[in-house]
Amino acid sequence: MIAILDYKAGNLTSVMRALDYLGFPCRITNSPEEIRKADRVVFPGVGAAGKSMESLGELGLDKLLRELFSAQVPILGICVGLQVLFDLSEENQTRCLGILPGAVRRFPDTLRSDRGNLLKIPHMGWNEVKFRKNHEVVRDIPAGSEFYFVHSYYPQPESEDIAIGTTEYGMAFTSAVAVKNLVAVQFHPEKSGKPGLRLLDNFCRWSGAA
Amino acid sequence: MLSKRIIPCLDVRDGRTTKGIKFRDNIDIGDPVEMGRFYYEQGADEIVFYDITASSDRRPIMLDVVRRVAETIFIPFSVGGGIRTLEDMRDVLLAGAEKVSVNSAAVQNPDIIRQGAEAFGNQCIVLGMDVKKVAVSDKIPSGYEMVINGGRTHMGIDALWWAREAERLGAGEICLNSIDADGMQTGYELELTRLISTAVRIPVIASGGAGEPRHLLDVLDQGCADAALIASMVHYGTYTIRQIKDFLSQNGVGVRGSW
Repeated sequence: MIAILDYKAGNLTSVMRALDYLGFPCRITNSPEEIRKADRVVFPGVGAAGKSMESLGELGLDKLLRELFSAQVPILGICVGLQVLFDLSEENQTRCLGILPGAVRRFPDTLRSDRGNLLKIPHMGWNEVKFRKNHEVVRDIPAGSEFYFVHSYYPQPESEDIAIGTTEYGMAFTSAVAVKNLVAVQFHPEKSGKPGLRLLDNFCRWSGAA
Repeated sequence: MLSKRIIPCLDVRDGRTTKGIKFRDNIDIGDPVEMGRFYYEQGADEIVFYDITASSDRRPIMLDVVRRVAETIFIPFSVGGGIRTLEDMRDVLLAGAEKVSVNSAAVQNPDIIRQGAEAFGNQCIVLGMDVKKVAVSDKIPSGYEMVINGGRTHMGIDALWWAREAERLGAGEICLNSIDADGMQTGYELELTRLISTAVRIPVIASGGAGEPRHLLDVLDQGCADAALIASMVHYGTYTIRQIKDFLSQNGVGVRGSW
């Protein structure tokens, strides 16, 4: 069983529907007991980092996530579920989980396109992810595949070594990271058509070994 | 770089689409779920369902459509038409839509944008704007006025002011429809689209007037739109999304090329 962490962070049902479609039994839950029994965990998220950390704390899921990470349970973070894994986020100056060293920054207001137009914030829509490492979770995803993004903040890992994917939006930023049994992506695989479903399918079959 | 989005819009009445009569193959003509799936497979970047029934007693029919669409397509889709309250928004989002579009209700009660953005996140809230070109006046300095009821009721609100105000209130995106161009298939209102899109920092979807691929090129390029809504030109089988995207990409507009 796959646990989809429920911490009142936006639309969790879209992740559930995608996993249902792929045929993997899953459950939206915030019960630590149930989550500990899961084979793997999806940590989704839409919304603000501050509010998310607050909810995680109230539910005791912040400690549980650290515990699961140490216990080598495969974890997939999505969007805000990636952002709060870092030390801190500039969004409401939020102290985050600190599982990954680094910070989450706001896109500068001054970003421009190749043609000189000011870029819109949020970064919303389809953009290419260049996967630079041969990770199990991104296996068989064709080069040049695009994924659906919606965000105004981006992760800046302390070490580039954890980045497995990068994306260009007036600047290059890290859009996918992997450390041990943890993979996290800034885009929404559940809303990214075939390449997104492929990534989810890969994750659901992954042993968690780096 | 971020791709420009091509977004088919399906008008739904009592759970059936109102256009799409020229579909062949195994499409159940008129079923929004089948048509949504069809466009998903054809390379739509997003889909809009617009409920033109929009009366509250008929809402369960639309919610059922939304639920079934969400089970079969894995790209973002939004639902508009008759969204008036926070409760309406919640119903549609819980049924599986990514975004809700508020239109006339927001003109009459702007606070619904703020409430929706606070409850569900800015990215969920699309402001639908129906706009008509009018004479420049003190009240309407941009020469574009907000209208409702399909253009029959003028609101005395300047469209440019309203777009900025909606952004301030927390709208995550604007779907900008020109009432003058709507249904004409002679091209989008470029001047209007450019005016609004360069005045706000949130994405703007151009709507109304698409008849051929060239129109999309114009609005995404000169019009500075981030996305383009299309209807008849694909519903009647005149063009496929692939043809439109090929044309755009040959002309230097970045679009999602594989799906």
